[in-house]
Amino acid sequence: MGKTLFDKVWDTHVVRKIEDGPDVLFIDRHMVHEVTSPVAFLGLKTRGLKVMYPERTFATADHNTPTINQHLPVEDPLSASQLKALEENAKEHGISHWGLGHEKNGIVHVVGPEYGITVPGVTMVCGDSHTSTHGAFGAIAFGIGTSEVEMVLSSQCIMQPKPKKMRITINGKLSKGVSPKDVALYIISKLTTSGATGYFAEYAGEVFEEMSMEGRMTVCNLSIEMGARGGMIAPDEKTFEYIKGREFTPAGEAWDKAMTYWETLKTDDGAVFDKEYTFDAADIEPMITYGTNPGMGMGISKQIPTAEQVGGGVSTYKKSLGYMQFEEGEDMIGKKIDYVFLGSCTNGRIEDFRAFASIVKGKKKADHVTAWLVPGSHKVEAAIKEEGILDVLTEAGFKLREPGCSACLAMNDDKVPAGKLAVSTSNRNFEGRQGPGSRTLLASPMVAAASAVTGVVTDPREFL
Amino acid sequence: MAYDKFDILTSSAVPLPIENVDTDQIIPARFLKATERKGFGDNLFRDWRYNADGSPKEEFILNNPLYGGKILVGGKNFGSGSSREHAAWSVYDYGFRCVVSSFFADIFKNNCLNVGVLPVQVSETFLDKIFTAMEANPKTEIKVDLPTQTITILATGDSESFEINTYKKGNLLNGFDDIDYLQNMKDEIASFSETLPL
Repeated sequence: MGKTLFDKVWDTHVVRKIEDGPDVLFIDRHMVHEVTSPVAFLGLKTRGLKVMYPERTFATADHNTPTINQHLPVEDPLSASQLKALEENAKEHGISHWGLGHEKNGIVHVVGPEYGITVPGVTMVCGDSHTSTHGAFGAIAFGIGTSEVEMVLSSQCIMQPKPKKMRITINGKLSKGVSPKDVALYIISKLTTSGATGYFAEYAGEVFEEMSMEGRMTVCNLSIEMGARGGMIAPDEKTFEYIKGREFTPAGEAWDKAMTYWETLKTDDGAVFDKEYTFDAADIEPMITYGTNPGMGMGISKQIPTAEQVGGGVSTYKKSLGYMQFEEGEDMIGKKIDYVFLGSCTNGRIEDFRAFASIVKGKKKADHVTAWLVPGSHKVEAAIKEEGILDVLTEAGFKLREPGCSACLAMNDDKVPAGKLAVSTSNRNFEGRQGPGSRTLLASPMVAAASAVTGVVTDPREFL
Repeated sequence: MAYDKFDILTSSAVPLPIENVDTDQIIPARFLKATERKGFGDNLFRDWRYNADGSPKEEFILNNPLYGGKILVGGKNFGSGSSREHAAWSVYDYGFRCVVSSFFADIFKNNCLNVGVLPVQVSETFLDKIFTAMEANPKTEIKVDLPTQTITILATGDSESFEINTYKKGNLLNGFDDIDYLQNMKDEIASFSETLPL
């Protein structure tokens, strides 16, 4: 029986199998940020342990960082103390640290691929659930808790039962105006937020083959939102082209050696998955969420379903719509919005800014809309300027902020006020996610752009 | 961080019959800024529990004096969303040692096991029985027996077995954690790393 892509990478990294227990899995790359690591470093200190492989560990500050005036001291004393702790811990343990102001600083899942830390066939973890992003390169990447961060720092291993395997195949061609974000929101709306719990997903089929690397990152990023431990896509020429020549990517002989391994990284014919789903690209339209979890999404031209139509917990469903101040059966198109957020590890890459700019070009931002445009990294920020995107945005009345996680989880000052409605390109629409009482509609950069211009929820296909 | 051993727990419980309770609700992001693991219980379910001015919301279950105990019983798909271990710390720090639901999100479940909170997954039917029993009597006691892997509603005698892998069970019974285990494997890990393709 053939092996799946997931089996191949997982099995290569199993140091020891424990009977009726977890596998001890070797971790090739460990990304660290300021929020989930301080207690782990404190744990090392208490136990008198050192970081086993500092060269496999990379630290960046992102969750807490301000997105304006980054050259000034951070005002929030608690954020400042976490950032300082990261800097000191990195220094003490000899870990590369891309703190605030560093030219490589940015969101952990944006900078990893940018500098070639993310490559096919590796295992990667980070104390952040969206680590699944890196699966776009054919890596096994998943989010962990702080005890596990301590585990990986001290032993470069993690103890995990092997997840089950799922394949999601989408064939056909995506319609105009349908982006990778819509593909992901579509899948989550079909599977629900717990539909892939216990599984690792492989995305396969023409849609993913034709998708850009950045689009693949968006899809893999959102795997966690259907409960999956992670998602992955087999590496291909596009992958190798993307990673070649980046700072931490293998070069010369090491590249050739790596290629021998990488070329084996695809699911064998006849390999068996525990669960398979198949969808048709033609059924996907631009998506928008209407509720308080990412599974509560629908085609933007549709009406909010009734509790009976969705089935399951009726009271929970009604509670969710109550929080959003929406009614069953309503249209989403035309709802007045207050905020637009472009950014996050889901949609803070250069392609997302290109897509946003393509819609707002030659138009003006609606006066009543507050727009936060936050690049995922300094590298993205530089590309926005070099490609002339900044000029387009400025002419349309938008301002660019400095890189960070920002209003995705609102740990910094970028909080959507209570009751306000935001169209967000980020990954979660949970109650209060973007600030206490805030209401979030998840959507693609194109939907966000079209809505920013009109001031109401808008189908971007009107502008294509 | 070591935790207290878990053996048999008999306690009243707090029911939270809501589905898809995500970790942003268990502990909102703005409370993740500590550099030490303490005080998280004060902010458990912060926005469901308190008004913006800090006064308690009377209707929320944690503010209802009729309910209390070391067991939290949640709706299906409990702990979804962010991987923040702070959610499990908040649950523990508040005083819960066990969370019962008909379905848990993966990372939350792992995090609980790593900090000494036992996640007990029961059938939907059994979950309903617990909620019904607690509605009838808020002081309903539940017995969670880790050695025999059974959960019992004492008043009704309803009982169900639950799964946990042998390794994790051993850890909880003995108060060990994975870091202790891995520290004893350092040489094996180092030689293994030499064989890796990258």
